[in-house]
Amino acid sequence: MGDVFKALADETRRAILDELALRDDQTLFEICSRLAMKHGLGSTRQAVSQHLDVLEEAGLVHSERRGRYKFHTLDTSPLAQIAERWPPKDTP
Amino acid sequence: MKITLLSIFVDNQDAALAFYTEKLGFLPASDIPMGEHRWLTVVSPEAPDGTQIVLEPSEHPAVKPFRDAIVADGIPFTSFGVKDVQAEYDRLLALGVTFTQPPMVQGPVTTAVLDDTVGNLIQIAAMGGA
Repeated sequence: MGDVFKALADETRRAILDELALRDDQTLFEICSRLAMKHGLGSTRQAVSQHLDVLEEAGLVHSERRGRYKFHTLDTSPLAQIAERWPPKDTP
Repeated sequence: MKITLLSIFVDNQDAALAFYTEKLGFLPASDIPMGEHRWLTVVSPEAPDGTQIVLEPSEHPAVKPFRDAIVADGIPFTSFGVKDVQAEYDRLLALGVTFTQPPMVQGPVTTAVLDDTVGNLIQIAAMGGA
């Protein structure tokens, strides 16, 4: 599995996670539209596709081929290791 | 110069004509036998003298790999204008049409993406909120 921290250390990849948090099962086309219209990020489809590969290697995104289309869905479970490693302190 | 025709590759002309007329609501324009296939076009009832769509057989071997690749990524081949994307989405969903993207507001534009059942994804779009 890829590095979750490296996957998060990029503004575009964080924006992709923001958009996938709003809706499951997005195509590459929808993700690119959201990045362009809501975040002003004019990344090429190829660049976004590579970002998705990094997120998928880190387990933060799952892609699924259904029929003729490929959909992407957010998985936040790898983020749990952050809170486990540095648990929040109890507030007095 | 003006845009009179727009071609869309379709897997089956009968199925394409049915989808584009019965579901999307376009009108048949030309239907002329041409050997194995037909010169088959439809036009919007909102612009009967406007651009016609040619429903063209997709049998050329280059078509399938091209379309498989763009459809897998959810990229629509073309876009049609509607007054209200949400209303059109609800209407088409009730008719059994599959969408890869439900209505999404993108600034001044609202879009949705549907499967035309004969090989293509098609975007519907409206200016203004859904």
